[in-house]
Amino acid sequence: MRDIGRIWAMLLDVQIRPDEASPPPGGRPYAGRQRDERLNDEPDWTALVLRVRDHGDRAAFAALFQHFAPRVKAFLMKSGASASLAEECAQDVMATLWQKAALFDPTRASVATWVFTIARNRRIDALRKARRPEPEDLPWGPEGEPDAAEAMALQEDVSRLGKALAGLPEKQRALIERAYFGDLSHSEIAAETGLPLGTIKSRIRLALDRLRHSMS
Amino acid sequence: MTIRHHLPDNLLMAYAAGNLPEAFHLVVATHLSLCDTCRVQAASFDAVGGALVDDLAGSAMSEGSLEACLARLEATPVHRRGPVARREGVFPAPLQDYVGGDLAAVRWKALGMGVKQAILPTGRGARARLLFIPAGAAVPDHGHRGTELTLVLQGAFRDETDRFGPGDVEVADEDLNHQPVAEAGMDCICLAATDAPLRFNALIPRILQPVFRI
Repeated sequence: MRDIGRIWAMLLDVQIRPDEASPPPGGRPYAGRQRDERLNDEPDWTALVLRVRDHGDRAAFAALFQHFAPRVKAFLMKSGASASLAEECAQDVMATLWQKAALFDPTRASVATWVFTIARNRRIDALRKARRPEPEDLPWGPEGEPDAAEAMALQEDVSRLGKALAGLPEKQRALIERAYFGDLSHSEIAAETGLPLGTIKSRIRLALDRLRHSMS
Repeated sequence: MTIRHHLPDNLLMAYAAGNLPEAFHLVVATHLSLCDTCRVQAASFDAVGGALVDDLAGSAMSEGSLEACLARLEATPVHRRGPVARREGVFPAPLQDYVGGDLAAVRWKALGMGVKQAILPTGRGARARLLFIPAGAAVPDHGHRGTELTLVLQGAFRDETDRFGPGDVEVADEDLNHQPVAEAGMDCICLAATDAPLRFNALIPRILQPVFRI
C-alpha cells in the first residue's frame, strides 16, 4: 500500500459529521441526521455508506471499518471461528460492504443490520460450508433514490429496537444471543420470542409496499 | 395469492441467524419470495441480529488490517445497482436456482399412484424434494420424527388440519399424523423439506421408504 501515510492522515482528519457530507449528484439526497437528533451520539453510518457508494470515499470506509470490523470479528468468534479465521472473514465482510454499497437500501435496513446479514452469510460459507438461498430480489423503483425521511425513520426504530433488546430480562436476552450466534436449533427457539418488533415491522412494510407499488 | 399459513417465528429467527439446514433455508427463501408478511418479519429478525452485533464489545483487529483491506479494494470490482428482472414461472427464483429452471426442468421420479417426486441437491441435515400429487390423489398417511415443511406452489391440498393453497406452508412435527389429499381440479405441486425420515403407517410405503429416500 503506497499511501498509508495519506490514509492515516485522512483518518485522523475524519470528522464524522454526516450533515456535512456532500450530496450525491441528482436525485433526492440523503441529507443525514440533524444535530439535535434524539438518537444518541453515534455517527450516522448510513451517510457514510452513501459516501462510499457515491464517491468511493475511503475515509468514510475507514470509519465504518473501525466500528464494524471488530464487532463482526467478535460475532464470528462467538459463532465458533478461530481468531485468525474471524479476522480474515471480517475483512471479507468489509470488502463486500465496499463492493455492494450501491445495493444498500436505507429504507429497508440499517447499516448494522446490513453488515450483520453479510457477516451471517460469510459465516455460513466459512463455518458450515453450506448455502443459504436468498428470497427473490425486489426490483428498484423508477425513482431510484430511497426516500430520505423513511430512511431516517427506520434508523430511529432500529435504535429503539437496540435499546429494547438491551432492556430484556437477562435470561431472555441470553437465549436470543444463543439463537443468533448459532447455538440453538430452530426447534429449541421458542415459537413465541417476545421481541418488540412492532414499529420496525411497520417501517419495513412501508418500504416493501413502496417497492411493490413502483413495480406496477 | 392469499396466503393463510405463514412461517412461525422460530423458523424465521433461525433463518435470520442462518442456522437452518440448507433444505429448510430453501423452503423459507421460497416462501419469502411469495409472502410479504413473512418477508417483513424476516427483515425484522435481521434487524435484531444487527442490533446484537452492534452491541458486542468488538474484538480488536490486528495491526495493519485496515490498510490490508483498503489495499484489497483497489482490485475489488464495485457492483452497480440495476433493475432486477422478475423471473416468470411457477417457481420463485431461489427454487429455480436449485431445479435449474422452472417446472418443465424438473426430473420427476414416479412414486406410484401418479405421485411423483424430485429430490433437490442440498447439504446435510435435511432433505428437500418437489412433490407432484395428481388432482384428487392422496399421499400415504404418515407421521413425523422431526420437522416437515410443505410449501404449496400450485394447486392445493387438504389434510386433517386445514386446506393449504398456493404460497401456504404447513409445518408438521412429531405430533401430527396426516394424509394430505390434493384438491380436485388441479394437480398439486409442493416443495417439502424433512429433517428426519417420515413414519408411514401402512406397510407398502414403509418397505419402499429406503428406495425413495423419504
